[in-house]
Amino acid sequence: MADVTLRKVIKRYEEVEAVRGIDLDIADHEFVVLVGPSGCGKSTTLRMIAGLEDITDGDIMIGGDVVNDVPPKDRDIAMVFQNYALYPHMTVAENMSFGLRLKRYPKAEIKSRIDEAARMLDIVELVDRKPKQLSGGQRQRVAMGRAIVRNPKVFLFDEPLSNLDAKLRVQMRIEIKKVHQKVRTTTVYVTHDQVEAMTLADRVVVMNHGRIEQIGTPNELYHNPATRFVAGFIGSPAMNFIPCRLEEASGKLNVRITDRIAFPLPPARAARYQAVARNERLLLGLRPEHLAEAKAHPEPGVEPFDAVLDVIEPMGMETLIYFTLEGAQVCGRVNPNAGATAGGPLRLAVDLNNMHLLNEGTGVVI
Amino acid sequence: MASTLTIDKAAPTRSVKYGSMSRDRTWALRWSYFFLVLFAIFSLVPPLYMLITSLKSSAEISAATNPWWVFHPTLENYVQLLTSNQFLTFFRNSAFVSILVVTITMLISVPAAFALARMRFWGSATLATGVFLTYLIPDSLLFLPLFKMFAVFHDVTGIQLIGKWYVLVVVYPTLTVPFCTWIMIGYFASIPKELDEAAVIDGASWFQTLTRIFIPVALPGLIAATIFAFTVSWAQFLYPLVFTTSTDQLVLPVGIITTLVKGDVFNWGQIMTGALLGAAPPLIVYAFLMDYYIAGLTAGATKG
Repeated sequence: MADVTLRKVIKRYEEVEAVRGIDLDIADHEFVVLVGPSGCGKSTTLRMIAGLEDITDGDIMIGGDVVNDVPPKDRDIAMVFQNYALYPHMTVAENMSFGLRLKRYPKAEIKSRIDEAARMLDIVELVDRKPKQLSGGQRQRVAMGRAIVRNPKVFLFDEPLSNLDAKLRVQMRIEIKKVHQKVRTTTVYVTHDQVEAMTLADRVVVMNHGRIEQIGTPNELYHNPATRFVAGFIGSPAMNFIPCRLEEASGKLNVRITDRIAFPLPPARAARYQAVARNERLLLGLRPEHLAEAKAHPEPGVEPFDAVLDVIEPMGMETLIYFTLEGAQVCGRVNPNAGATAGGPLRLAVDLNNMHLLNEGTGVVI
Repeated sequence: MASTLTIDKAAPTRSVKYGSMSRDRTWALRWSYFFLVLFAIFSLVPPLYMLITSLKSSAEISAATNPWWVFHPTLENYVQLLTSNQFLTFFRNSAFVSILVVTITMLISVPAAFALARMRFWGSATLATGVFLTYLIPDSLLFLPLFKMFAVFHDVTGIQLIGKWYVLVVVYPTLTVPFCTWIMIGYFASIPKELDEAAVIDGASWFQTLTRIFIPVALPGLIAATIFAFTVSWAQFLYPLVFTTSTDQLVLPVGIITTLVKGDVFNWGQIMTGALLGAAPPLIVYAFLMDYYIAGLTAGATKG
């Protein structure tokens, strides 16, 4: 077990800078997920921790030791790949024990470790099979088993669930979480799927264009995103961004969206945004769940308005509604019985207690 | 929406035949069979003719009877060849040369292909192309400089290679190594990159990655290369003709021609028998390795 530290890590490929100076502290036992769109540098970062890529500049430390020039096999890490990367000519047991056999572990020790990992992953009856006789989910279990038997300081996962179908992905996600709760090995997990990131991580690292946008617990990222990118990336359906500006009306602060629609800010929000220039071009960030049908007795800070719906998506427990405000498509979540119809009007309410205000130019959440 | 999908059943049916998948397939199969049978006949007639002729006596061969039928079958040619020391010497020389060449070729081209396919070093791509280009140089162009080289080698070291069967062990790899390396580069390159990364993380050295992962996984390619190297060194004609002369140093293809054709007298029965016997080992090697030569050994390594 060990902590992992990245200090100003840079990766440059000839012309392109894939990773542009990353600082990251991963505590012992922690499960950290690197998430971001493709090409954001998350996989490169993971591969640099693994030692599969050289770092151009900066330091990587595992367990306090700088490992910049340490080959992968001496870093005491184990990696699970997206395409499993099982050795096709070896049985499951041979696959899992390959690393231990290379290190000349005693046979009894190897056997007990395989047994333990196989029991943990529920693949005991598969140990004598070849990879081609296994399903995708079973192969991924074996790949995890191969990592577990090594008992490394750090687990590295490179999009391990991307090749599985949706149902299996959910199941394996839980499986991975269970394994981590048992072995408590420090884990760095890369995915482009924000749901995976939210559900698995102790802390999520959101990356974009080779930089870290924000680091935080899943709830912090969801409720207090630092930038427009994080706000839009985390959460599904994504947060709405509606062009707006602030205006003063009879001593109170309003957020004006259209000529006809403006909402008075709740006192806490008004105080927070007092210093924002009134002519600044802003974006109102609202999660779909904060745009619901209007209730008879609204709470303070919840303001009603009328909208004409473009599209509705019944999801069963809720109905997603889409309408247009100031040229922006806006998504809301309403009760299935709220009477939403495509093309029809609906009285909605916006919960301004949970609003975000962003600077349109810089994308920073104010 | 539904209305646009309705088919107008009243419209006159056109006499256009829509391509049905199964009909296309049937025709494709018929043509395939036609050409395959044609090809099989084309390539099997010469060996058949050799077999027929090898079972005839010299008298029957020169008699003006139906050349496609044996009236008085005899194993005389086989007995004579198999009891002739000369023929057995040719056979032994051929076997030594081929086995040594295959071994040397594999020892060189497998590590070379691994290095060129996986260890990205400066100029590796150019080198890989270069390896293939050397294969394109015809042996008829190469034997003169090679001859000269061996002559100089003799002058300098005093070791005479020309005229000995083992000179072929030195010469043949110039033909086999480039091609086998090229084949193996292809096979190694098709192995997913993650497989060697997993091995590296598991603690395998480059050599262990090669011997314990790459060679077993690329076994079909290895076998294809082995068959190729064996066939080339077994059937090569020009080099042994140039580099070896004395009867005890000859290999089969040259031996048969030089000893069984005496002036303008062609001992057809024995030539055919010798050629047929000579063709047997590659056939046996091929049949034996065919069992292992199955594609899809990488199945299960990664998704798909």
